[in-house]
Amino acid sequence: MNASVNAASATPPGQGRPPPRNQVGAWVWMRTQLFSSPLNILLTVLCAWFVLMAVPALIEWAFIKADFTASTAQECREAGGACWAFIAEKHRLILFGTYPYDEQWRPLLVTFILVAVIVCSGMRRFWNRWLALIWVVGLTAVAILMWGGVFGLTYVENGRWGGLPLTLILATFGIAFAFPLGVMLALGRRSPMPAIKVLCVVYIELIRGVPLISLLFMSSVMLPLFLPEGFSIDKLLRAQIAIIMFAAAYIAETVRGGLQAIPKGQYEGADSLGLSYWQQMRKIVLPQALRIVIPPLVSIFITLFKDTSLVVIIGIFDLTLAAKAALSDAAWRGFGVEAYVFISLIYFMFCYSMSKYSRTLEKRLSTGYSR
Amino acid sequence: MTTSKTPPRAAPVRRLSWNDPTVRSILYQILAVGLVALGVWFLVSNTLHNLAARNISTGFGFLHREAGFAIGETVISYSPADTYGRAIWVGLLNTLRVAAVGLVLATILGTIIGIARLSKNWLVSRLALIYVEVIRNVPLLLQLFFWYALITENMPGPRQAANPLPGVFISNRGLKLPSLEGNALDWMLWGLVLAIVAILALAHWGNKRRESTGRIFPLGRVALALLVGLPLVGWLASGASLTVVMPELKGFNFAGGLTLSPEFTALLAGLVMYTGAFVAEVVRSGIQAVSNGQWEAAGALGLRRGQVLRLVVLPQALRVMVPPMTNQYLNLTKNSSLAVAIGYPDIVSVVNTTLNQTGQAIEGILIIMAAYLTVSLSISAFMGWYNRRIKLVER
Repeated sequence: MNASVNAASATPPGQGRPPPRNQVGAWVWMRTQLFSSPLNILLTVLCAWFVLMAVPALIEWAFIKADFTASTAQECREAGGACWAFIAEKHRLILFGTYPYDEQWRPLLVTFILVAVIVCSGMRRFWNRWLALIWVVGLTAVAILMWGGVFGLTYVENGRWGGLPLTLILATFGIAFAFPLGVMLALGRRSPMPAIKVLCVVYIELIRGVPLISLLFMSSVMLPLFLPEGFSIDKLLRAQIAIIMFAAAYIAETVRGGLQAIPKGQYEGADSLGLSYWQQMRKIVLPQALRIVIPPLVSIFITLFKDTSLVVIIGIFDLTLAAKAALSDAAWRGFGVEAYVFISLIYFMFCYSMSKYSRTLEKRLSTGYSR
Repeated sequence: MTTSKTPPRAAPVRRLSWNDPTVRSILYQILAVGLVALGVWFLVSNTLHNLAARNISTGFGFLHREAGFAIGETVISYSPADTYGRAIWVGLLNTLRVAAVGLVLATILGTIIGIARLSKNWLVSRLALIYVEVIRNVPLLLQLFFWYALITENMPGPRQAANPLPGVFISNRGLKLPSLEGNALDWMLWGLVLAIVAILALAHWGNKRRESTGRIFPLGRVALALLVGLPLVGWLASGASLTVVMPELKGFNFAGGLTLSPEFTALLAGLVMYTGAFVAEVVRSGIQAVSNGQWEAAGALGLRRGQVLRLVVLPQALRVMVPPMTNQYLNLTKNSSLAVAIGYPDIVSVVNTTLNQTGQAIEGILIIMAAYLTVSLSISAFMGWYNRRIKLVER
């Protein structure tokens, strides 16, 4: 830092003279970034040692000694590295679960549609009423493709759905239904009517105080008891309901933060125009409040996407359980690390790109405000 | 609003009208409460009917019956002959054990990583960044499975256990650590408690004196001396009867020493590393929230970098950090329920077994929810108290 300031002051402004030779270059960078003090030297040496120990070992395990083509587990184990042949053998099971093998182009198409819907939601040119249309059309297409039974598609019961499309379905349908519910809860929590406020507060705090697992358990064991005799909802839908209920409470708290950030003058201005409560909310307050909370909403979506993996516990075939099912094949036992690394990469790809997007969005939205 | 526009009359007759906002709001509220009550009544009546049809008894009487299942690891003594109530209590204690250890370790790890991310050292900050990004973007459940698979499938058996430090063995039976045994343990523990009490009292007195006279009490050095000294005194007072029990390989497994089961180790490692990454982000943004001017001004007063961090930056950063930190603590506690996926007997897994055996689903779920609500509310009450203590007192 200091060095660059000195260099700048030595150069008259406006003249593009290069900095002195002893202020630039790899050696200076190393001296200022890596070896500036005894403590820093120690830290650098420790980290370098760690990197030198870990990275070559990792590369050797994942690539050099790895086996990509073995046809049996025994052959794979003898290679001494990662057994990617296991993934090659089982990738259809891990990605699409037990969906009928010949029909697996349908879940593949569904995956692309859902990714497209999510990508469209991220583009600002779609932030208008078209977005709702995109979601309705996209989700309907997904339902038709997955279930089938019309347009000459064979019917596939949802007990056989699985893998990546199921994970995406749980997350996108979850957010699609939880979002309106969450907004209503947030409005209810800020309502001047005490009874409605209390109902919303109790719901939100109750849900946020318990883990998602307990809600999933509740949906799988208690919901059948709640419903009239002879009336049942299937397991997948019950889990989806639990996820929606859970996500709605968190969305409500985020949206409430946005509502609180709207200055009081906006409410009073809307009042003075004679708008009704719903007109006020729809035309004045919510458009501003939701705009503020878009970045935290994206991170809720990321959390939701990761949390869908918990449906494993009640036995729904999402990406994680599909990987576990692949692992339970007696002929290919003991490749847990490879399978988990593979699906971790899939989760990472989705979550990392979304969080990257959230950060750029935050920057862009905040510059819009700071004039 | 409408009434204020009308000219004042002698006795305004208030008629019930749909145009009166008060009337409407009361109607709406009655409607909302009524609908919710109707829904609840519908569910409860269905449930009672279903329970009667399936011959399931209701109530918490089952808690006094014999459990009849074993629990892998327990904090208090437990046998299958004990009651369901005690089994669930054991589960709750297991949850609290992993949560308490996890909170402390995650805070320490997160603080280190968070400070490392702000380090001027390029290598250190890059490594910390990679850690945070990788860990935060992979589901915790998957990480638990990963650690569990790594320990049980890829670690050597007890006979070939890895031995990185003397007395520490890593094998597919979990982690083995040396333990301390002997009379001196109680004495040293009391010494430690005494030291902590003395430090708290000294800190209070030191603050008072600094406020009145301006003299700074060297608390750090004195505290360190007390923390080491008093347990040492206790050890001497008991006649120095303390032995370190090293785990030893006997037959097919280890004997002696402290055991951390594979389930506990995997759960703890997963929770600590996952929450640590989030805590690191909280710490980083907290420190970054303190403006650079504070650093420079404190530097101009002649404080050393360590002093600036301790006396100027951290007290201000803490204020920003406490609310998000509370969230992370609550998340860790709630996430400890994922233990059920890898077979650690926490409260969710014990209650799950219980309700499979007894069929008392509703009571079981209620117990889980009540337990987590209690723990969550206690943590947020404690953090709320701490937040009020450290928050800026405005005059």
